[in-house]
Amino acid sequence: MTVYLPHTIEEATALLEAHPHALVLGGGTDVMVEINFNHRKPSDVVALRNVDELRTWTINNETSSIYIGAGVPYSEMESGELQKVAPALAAAARTVGSPQIRAAGTLGGNLGTCSPAGDSLPVLSALNAEVHLASSHGVRSVPFAEYMVGPKRTSRTATEMITGVTIPKANGWQGYSKVGVRNAMVISVASACLAIQDDMVRLALGSVGPTIIRCVEAEKWLHENFATLTDLQPADCAEFGRRAASEARPIDDHRSTAEYRRHAISVLAQRLLQRSIQS
Amino acid sequence: MSSVKTRRDVLGTSALRPDGPAKVKGEFDFTSDLHADNMLWGATLRSPHPYARIVSIDASSALKIKGVEAVVTSEDVPGQLTYGLISSDQPVFAKDFVRYMGEPIAAVVADHPETCRRALDAIVVNFEVLTPLTNPEDSLNQSVPSIHPDGNVIRNQKIVSGDITATGPIVVEGDYVIGMQDQAFLGTESALAIPDADRKGVEVFVATQWLHEDQKQMAACLNLPEEKVRLTLGGVGGAFGAREDISLQVHTALLALHVGRPVKMQYGREESFFGHVHRHPARVWMRHHATAEGKIVKIEARFLFDGGAYASTSSAVLINGITHTQGPYKCANAIVDGYAVRTNNPPCGAMRGFGVVQACFAHEGQMDKIATAAGISPVEVRLLNAMETGDALITGQIVESVAPVARCIRETAALPMPDPLSPNAHELDLPGGSGLTAQPHNIVRGVGWGVSIKNIMYSEGFDDYSTARCTVIDGKVTVKFATSEVGQGFVVLAPQIARSVLGLDDVVCDTIDTNIGSAGSTSASRQTWMSGGAVDGACRMVRERIFEKVAAENGLNPLSLVIEDTDIVDSMGTFRIPVLQAVQGSVFSEEFEHHHRATEDLDDDGQGNCHVAFAFVAHRAVVDVDPELGLVKVVQVATAQDIGVALNPLSVTGQIEGGIAQGLGLAVMEEIIVQDGKVRNPSFTDYLLPTALDAPNVVASFVEEYEPQAPLGAKGVGEPPCISVTPAIVAAIRNAVGKDIPRCPVRPQDICL
Amino acid sequence: MSNNEFYSLTVNGVQHPVQDAWVGESLLYVLRERLGLPGAKGACEQGECGSCTVFVNGSAVCSCLVMAATVVDTEIATVEGLSSDGTLTDVQQAFIDEGAVQCGFCTPGLVMAVHHLLDQNAQPSEHEIKEALSGNICRCTGYGRIFEAVNTAISRRQENAR
Repeated sequence: MTVYLPHTIEEATALLEAHPHALVLGGGTDVMVEINFNHRKPSDVVALRNVDELRTWTINNETSSIYIGAGVPYSEMESGELQKVAPALAAAARTVGSPQIRAAGTLGGNLGTCSPAGDSLPVLSALNAEVHLASSHGVRSVPFAEYMVGPKRTSRTATEMITGVTIPKANGWQGYSKVGVRNAMVISVASACLAIQDDMVRLALGSVGPTIIRCVEAEKWLHENFATLTDLQPADCAEFGRRAASEARPIDDHRSTAEYRRHAISVLAQRLLQRSIQS
Repeated sequence: MSSVKTRRDVLGTSALRPDGPAKVKGEFDFTSDLHADNMLWGATLRSPHPYARIVSIDASSALKIKGVEAVVTSEDVPGQLTYGLISSDQPVFAKDFVRYMGEPIAAVVADHPETCRRALDAIVVNFEVLTPLTNPEDSLNQSVPSIHPDGNVIRNQKIVSGDITATGPIVVEGDYVIGMQDQAFLGTESALAIPDADRKGVEVFVATQWLHEDQKQMAACLNLPEEKVRLTLGGVGGAFGAREDISLQVHTALLALHVGRPVKMQYGREESFFGHVHRHPARVWMRHHATAEGKIVKIEARFLFDGGAYASTSSAVLINGITHTQGPYKCANAIVDGYAVRTNNPPCGAMRGFGVVQACFAHEGQMDKIATAAGISPVEVRLLNAMETGDALITGQIVESVAPVARCIRETAALPMPDPLSPNAHELDLPGGSGLTAQPHNIVRGVGWGVSIKNIMYSEGFDDYSTARCTVIDGKVTVKFATSEVGQGFVVLAPQIARSVLGLDDVVCDTIDTNIGSAGSTSASRQTWMSGGAVDGACRMVRERIFEKVAAENGLNPLSLVIEDTDIVDSMGTFRIPVLQAVQGSVFSEEFEHHHRATEDLDDDGQGNCHVAFAFVAHRAVVDVDPELGLVKVVQVATAQDIGVALNPLSVTGQIEGGIAQGLGLAVMEEIIVQDGKVRNPSFTDYLLPTALDAPNVVASFVEEYEPQAPLGAKGVGEPPCISVTPAIVAAIRNAVGKDIPRCPVRPQDICL
Repeated sequence: MSNNEFYSLTVNGVQHPVQDAWVGESLLYVLRERLGLPGAKGACEQGECGSCTVFVNGSAVCSCLVMAATVVDTEIATVEGLSSDGTLTDVQQAFIDEGAVQCGFCTPGLVMAVHHLLDQNAQPSEHEIKEALSGNICRCTGYGRIFEAVNTAISRRQENAR
């Protein structure tokens, strides 16, 4: 049992190559819960806290994109410069756990755990984020849709680590909504991110299926039937909501019911679309 | 020379807690902070099944793990194999059957908590899994096999009062469901047991509500004389009823005696959900008959409390529930049938409000229905029916307590309403908060009312007395009691009493332990009255001794002496001496037991003077609701509470605000979800407690009418705040969305689907 | 526990060796059970109550969710280190004065959270205060007295600054 504290991505990937069963630890806010609740017995641990390059983010105005390192904590996304260029991500980050969790938890951790309730994931889906993975054999980038393959299942291999994501700079309205049964510090019962990027409305849903669900049919319906969003009437927004809800694949669990989740999606999608028009 | 009068921390002042500095610095010793040299850790193996026969237990692999010292099971319990507050029906360790998920089967003791966890994983238990009895209605069915030797019905009690054929032009009916709430104190169960060298006695530091009751039950199970089980109160991180029953007390002491070394046990949050009883989930049906004006004529009711696998205090919770059927309203005619039953669900017992929460949720729903039928407002219907001192309850008992019900309602109604929701409201003021689910135009506002009556002290003939000793040495006062300080503030109140009675200011509380008689439990809103009465009594006895001494020394009649601030004066006004000066060089020590007046059992028709005294409160809740998503933000709770007198206004406010938050939890978010006998949310991720962003603005008014029955004129203030606030909030939600919602907590789907 | 971990942690400016620790131990466990610093409290083990709040390199985090062996190169501050001479900080005094302490189990974590808030933002709005404290569960007070304590601490700081 050893804790490794690499300082570079190169060191980290070398450790993962040598210890493919090692636990990769980002902010620890998911993994430590599993350990504390006796659901996981760590053996070797590769803790990324000292890999400074993971904690950086950059805005590239040439490509109009934003690179966010896997080790950037949510608290850094909530406000400031990142909030201006990635407002939906900021809104999602603000809903993660508590201030203490947001100070420790990272985007890489949300991607590593890859729960359908991961708060940032609908945003990454809606923005067609590229997920960057590195191993000692090289780097690759995977579209989010190909990265998340099931509940807590990803296409990352055991010797790969998440180094960061690239998302486009916002060039249209973005919004994020999350339903929980408490006004703070709550796991999402249903969430949605609507982003207008390059004049295309994109909608992604959280907590209502085995993966984040991209509402391709609802998006297509909107695109094919309305030349501009200003043409939309309230009834159209409601129809958009219904169509989004029909794409959800929710289940009953102790947090809510499938019926409520589907209903909530119809409301969230409708309201997000209306807000995008108002703005 | 001008003399500066310093404020004295006497009764009626907001004296500050003596444990405050240690608590803010992290230096206060909670039980979980305690250590002993050579200490080992204990942990409990619990059943994964709600109902199963234990075929075999094999701990051999666990015992081979390095660091594991011992594994104990039912075989190792030296004394009584069961315990319980009212009936001894709960096994220390399950022997033949497990009857609820989480029931203890064995305990391990090892060098590290992680070693314990591994040892628990290594114990092999073979179960024959049985079909659990999980629907409490089935427990009433005679043909359903008993899951416990004591049967499936813990208690049935009827109340038949007045003319049961009476009726009125208004008849309203409701079938109410109350979910299972958890006390969710923050400091989980913890104990440290240190065995005597000869292993024939044990010293136990434990977080509990009632040291002497623990001592009695522990001694029986450990087969030791009570005096050989010495208990000291470890710092208690909240209680709210959950520490009334035994949890890890016997296990910790047993392990320590078994290995001859100090043992500490400390539950994690998940285990805590299995380690203590919860608030009873209940189904309450009521049918009210009223006059056309809205006066109650008759109440019919049926209560079904799910007690879970073991009795705990279910029989007393049942009685509290049914005897409060009418609420704080006049009612002559009633027919009530109540059951507390056994199931393979988690055991339920005491929680703040103790059966009255369930009754109140139902009767307050009914009052609003009467108001609607009579065409009057929620306030009017409550004022029209408001109980007064001298009224008879449906049990035949006359309410002798001060009963300012109408005043509570009027004062609450007079408190300012919150501003209307602004179209530019901050997102955190909207339902859904930072989830950004709503905009102000999505929101509707509702107002709802709840009023309640709550018995204080124990009932049905129980003599829950309290003991205190007051010792004065050279003017330094020490008060000694076994009253559990669980956060409520008795450690600030007791010195206030002593200062007021004795005119001395240097007062400390002694260690809280079993080296004095029982104080009864810190529950039933009773310690201000009972232990306050005991401290007051002991201090008064000491004062008499001081007066006798002073009188003898000065040729005065001791009966002519009184305390005036910090001086002893005689009634003529000719003699004056500072108390501090008068007691120099002397030692006084007196002990006093305070007993409340006797109560009696209910007869077969539910008649009898079963309660000691009553307290009343009114709540008005204002909520903002998102009707489409079913999300709620409680904006404001206004309350006027009947408290007797405010002995420490700051403490009273703290109890009011804290109780309201717990009642809010039951109204909109707190519920242990049990499916097929299995708890689905034993964690703070999924059992949701109100946060700083959920707590409402509380505006409170004290209704102060000196209670002549109470030793200090003060009623207990702990439980009332959390009782009628729940129905008030739910009524406000109903008012906002125009929908009959018969259950709490209200879930989003209950509002919008 | 058998193990092979030896490391040291810098807590409140003091280096503490940690020996024979199990790798899964949280910072909370190590502080409380190995370093004799029980001020941070454990109440949920999953970052849902804030009772265990400490500062790691100036960030307020839940120590139950920090793997102790990973914070060897950091500055850790606990409630025990808030005041070096045993006196009360302004926030601690305000908690006592305003009745924000009942059972006290949440108090050290809340005191840490309030200090963190006021260090970042000397004049927080009501909403900022509530959001900053939304990760600290208090089961006794209903938060009313806690908000009063924060407001008192703020106004006293402002008076002192004049």
